[in-house]
Amino acid sequence: MFLQDFLQLTIAGLAAGAIYALAAIGFVLLWQTSATINFAQGEFVTLPAFAVVFFSAVLGLPFPLAVLAALVVSAGLLGLAVKRLLIDRLLDRGVLAIVIATLALGLFIRYSLQQLWTPLALPFPDLFSRAPVRILGVAISTEDLGNLGAATLAILGLHLFLRRTRTGAAMQAVAQNRTLAATLGIDVSRMIAATFVLNAVLTGIAAVLIAPVYLVKYDIGIGLGIKAFYAAIIGGFNRTFGALAGGLVVGLAESYAGAYVSTQYRDAFSLGLLIAVLLWKPEGLLGLREDG
Amino acid sequence: MLAASRAGRASLWIALALLAGLPLVVPDYPLYLASLTLIYALAALGLNLTLGYAGQVSLAQGAFMGIGAYGLALFTAQGVPFLLALAGGAALAFACGLLLGYPALKVKHHSLAMVTMGFNIIAFLLMRNEEWLTGGSYGLSGIPRPRLGPVSFADDRAYYLLVLAVTASVAALAARMIHSPWGRGLRAIRENEVRAEVVGVNLRNYKLAAFAVGALLGGIAGGLFAPLLRYIDPHAFSLERSIQLLLMVVVGGLGRFSGPLIGAVVVTILPEILRMTQGLYLILFSGLIMLLVLFRPQGLIALGDLFRPASAEGRR
Repeated sequence: MFLQDFLQLTIAGLAAGAIYALAAIGFVLLWQTSATINFAQGEFVTLPAFAVVFFSAVLGLPFPLAVLAALVVSAGLLGLAVKRLLIDRLLDRGVLAIVIATLALGLFIRYSLQQLWTPLALPFPDLFSRAPVRILGVAISTEDLGNLGAATLAILGLHLFLRRTRTGAAMQAVAQNRTLAATLGIDVSRMIAATFVLNAVLTGIAAVLIAPVYLVKYDIGIGLGIKAFYAAIIGGFNRTFGALAGGLVVGLAESYAGAYVSTQYRDAFSLGLLIAVLLWKPEGLLGLREDG
Repeated sequence: MLAASRAGRASLWIALALLAGLPLVVPDYPLYLASLTLIYALAALGLNLTLGYAGQVSLAQGAFMGIGAYGLALFTAQGVPFLLALAGGAALAFACGLLLGYPALKVKHHSLAMVTMGFNIIAFLLMRNEEWLTGGSYGLSGIPRPRLGPVSFADDRAYYLLVLAVTASVAALAARMIHSPWGRGLRAIRENEVRAEVVGVNLRNYKLAAFAVGALLGGIAGGLFAPLLRYIDPHAFSLERSIQLLLMVVVGGLGRFSGPLIGAVVVTILPEILRMTQGLYLILFSGLIMLLVLFRPQGLIALGDLFRPASAEGRR
């Protein structure tokens, strides 16, 4: 009985964690290439979820097309437009200016959705069957398994893109050393734009996976954004895939703490973990120590 | 002091006199807004010490207000006199500031914002969940307005004057601190940490003190807030409040002494003026902040500099 519960909690934690990881990896990529701490990352998940509902329920596109359209809108608005209109102008003004600007951007998106569309939760179609599958006699949620699988695929795709393509390699070069990358003839500004687009696609995928669980509401980004931050810090800001580990740790911590410790303090648990990591290894679990 | 010139000091006294005369001319609701603005200004002033002068991004000022407010409410419920309860709540906030400052100083700016944000979330959860102490989501009600000796501050007008007196005195003390050698050390850290350390500024102690004093001011503001509404609940001190206070500091002008006051006026009064736009106000406001960061990074206070002789530039 205990083992079965434990297994179910583990799968649920990993599934949630993999979705947090999608947002967290994008968050870390932005930080690495452009020193952007995106305080609107949660809303970068909310907006594509609303876009899917807009294209499917309002315009009546078939679901897969609606998802595709939402990803394109996300890449254009949250990727290119935000980079061109906001970040480009603030890049050399330091971290605080970008923090304030993205903080305001997040509020802007959240309030716009709430006021101009609806303050209520909108339904989102289930991607996977609600019936559990039985593995070795243990009932496992199909939704959790499906989310875990889909998120894993997305992360694998990202990994291949960063490792196997020229653009991916150039992006990593910019992430490691902007000045040196520019000297080598890499178009830094274009690579930063590519990172913003990539981030918007990642948060778009996270949106599609999380929306059936959370429903589509203007404020779902608050919790998600915070969890992406936690995941990024726990994993380490200077390691792209540290955020993956961080996301899984946050998802598992939440899942176990909610079941075994206290549902009321579920959120405090991953936070305690975060503070412990900061005190013990400020560069993050997988992060590399930076001097200066 | 606040402004070095004699003219500056004179205009300060005039402003204070005008504020003190406010209860004679304005009706109840605007007066309530004025009290609220002063309280937020005080909290933002504290945050400005942490953020504007010491350069530490803190998203926990709302929690410190909460600690001061709950501290005051719980102490007065035990029969502790108002001023002592106010000091007690503020001391609690100061202690929490020190406690938070310690791990916060080990991390760089990007993590610092998250740690303080996390602190605010934990504080909110404690206020909401520990019903035996804080009344949970229902909060605490029936918080009395104070009586000092023969003078009762139960009346809205009288309480406004008390808020004004406390805010002005604390602000004057803070101004004195900013212009002391200690304040110069703080600014040296913000401008260049390494250089400051080389000339003998102890980074750790300075940052820790900036954090704790900022928290203390937040605690005093919270202590004034509770009797104003006579009621407090956790939502008044959520992360949202901290973000609002942060925006006040930025809107007003980071690291400028009167910046937070301007910011508090804008953030508190503007929604009332834009009330007919209903919820659109929130969209307008967040859009405005983005424009401000893009085109007026020095905050609204810098608009005034346009009309000032060049020699005044850079005076803080």
